[in-house]
Amino acid sequence: MIPAAFEYHRPADMAGVIALLEEHGDDARVMAGGHSLIPMMKLRMAEIPHLIDLQDVAGLKGIAVAEGRVTLGAMVTQHELIQHQGLANTAPILREAALVIADPQVRYMGTVGGNVANGDPGNDMPGLMQCLDAEFTLVGPDGQRTVAARDFYEAAYMTEREDEEVLTAISFAAPSGGYAYEKQKRKIGDYATAAAAVILQKDGGTCAAASIAMTNLSDVPVWSDAAGEALTGTSVDAAAVSAAVQAVLDDIDPVEDNRGPVAFKRHVAGIILTRAIQRAWGRA
Amino acid sequence: MSDKMHIKLKVNGEDREFLAEPRELLIYALREHLDLTGPHVGCDTSHCGACTVTIDGKSVKSCTMFVAQANGAEITTIEGIGQPDALHVLQESFREHHGLQCGFCTPGMITRATKLLEENPDPTEEDIRFGMAGNICRCTGYQNIVKSIQVAATEMNSAKEAAE
Repeated sequence: MIPAAFEYHRPADMAGVIALLEEHGDDARVMAGGHSLIPMMKLRMAEIPHLIDLQDVAGLKGIAVAEGRVTLGAMVTQHELIQHQGLANTAPILREAALVIADPQVRYMGTVGGNVANGDPGNDMPGLMQCLDAEFTLVGPDGQRTVAARDFYEAAYMTEREDEEVLTAISFAAPSGGYAYEKQKRKIGDYATAAAAVILQKDGGTCAAASIAMTNLSDVPVWSDAAGEALTGTSVDAAAVSAAVQAVLDDIDPVEDNRGPVAFKRHVAGIILTRAIQRAWGRA
Repeated sequence: MSDKMHIKLKVNGEDREFLAEPRELLIYALREHLDLTGPHVGCDTSHCGACTVTIDGKSVKSCTMFVAQANGAEITTIEGIGQPDALHVLQESFREHHGLQCGFCTPGMITRATKLLEENPDPTEEDIRFGMAGNICRCTGYQNIVKSIQVAATEMNSAKEAAE
């Protein structure tokens, strides 16, 4: 498959990237690992006259864990997320999620920034970042701003990011409590039929707080406040879990595709969420 | 509209230079400009792993990288791992333990396995299956591929111990 021709740019800093985005507007697009964008370009579903490769841009790499906060450069790869010991200790849910993304080769190239910025409902990191209440840093011609992951996604491939902005970093408070990332997929490398990110706080035998987000069950990731509420104050017994599942089923809006009809996806969503809650509670 | 770029790569230890359009995929550049036909075009959709090469220490599906992205990189293909008269331990092991039938996926399998064993010299069966999950084989059922890699790992470890 041969994509449409493009002009290739590899700037060394953000100023260079922003200048290119301002000059070429809609005709330009940044690329991180390229493992979402290049397949789209090969299929000619994306035509990009000016491709801006971020690989040489200073300051987009690196994982920082300090003072109770985790900051990930946009160009951190899934492979690096998995390998990083400090991150595995501080936010093990990230490693659990990254391990079920794609395959080894794709994880060497695929980046966390590309995963969250692309806006593909199938990507795993957006839902996880909503569960963690992460913030995304966007840099553009007018400077820098942050947007909450829970406010970032508008529709499939449509986000709060303006055309002339670049998502440069992701940051979130180091999570506490029990966690689980549970994903049902048809095969290695597939997107989720349904996936759930769950973090639970336990106080004695009671759930003190809960954060629940679902992936690939709507055109955006679904962080379900109601599902969290359904668990909070309970002992996470069968009735509470069933109420949380019902709350999620009210919030999702899956469509039929080659992963199955709507009824099947709703069924799988309930099972995956139940498993995630149980695993997270067991670790809380 | 897009002019050819001057591409410089270090491939299998040798400096190589050629002109290519930025949109050319690395797998085609390797095969057509450099005559390195070991890495194969399988699915051309980043699923099968037949095009796997090592780029700056990473296992990469070269059907999903533009040659422009690789400009300046150090690349190892199967041709840089072993030669017909001097097979790599993994290649010997695949031959010995029937880790292939048609052989189409084998260059990608071996290339990926070299990196896997570099990162994890003593893998369990589960580590191997997980680490090789980006490579598809339609002949063997994987059992003998896993066995070939296990045996190669043991042999490479004893050779390393003997050398120390």
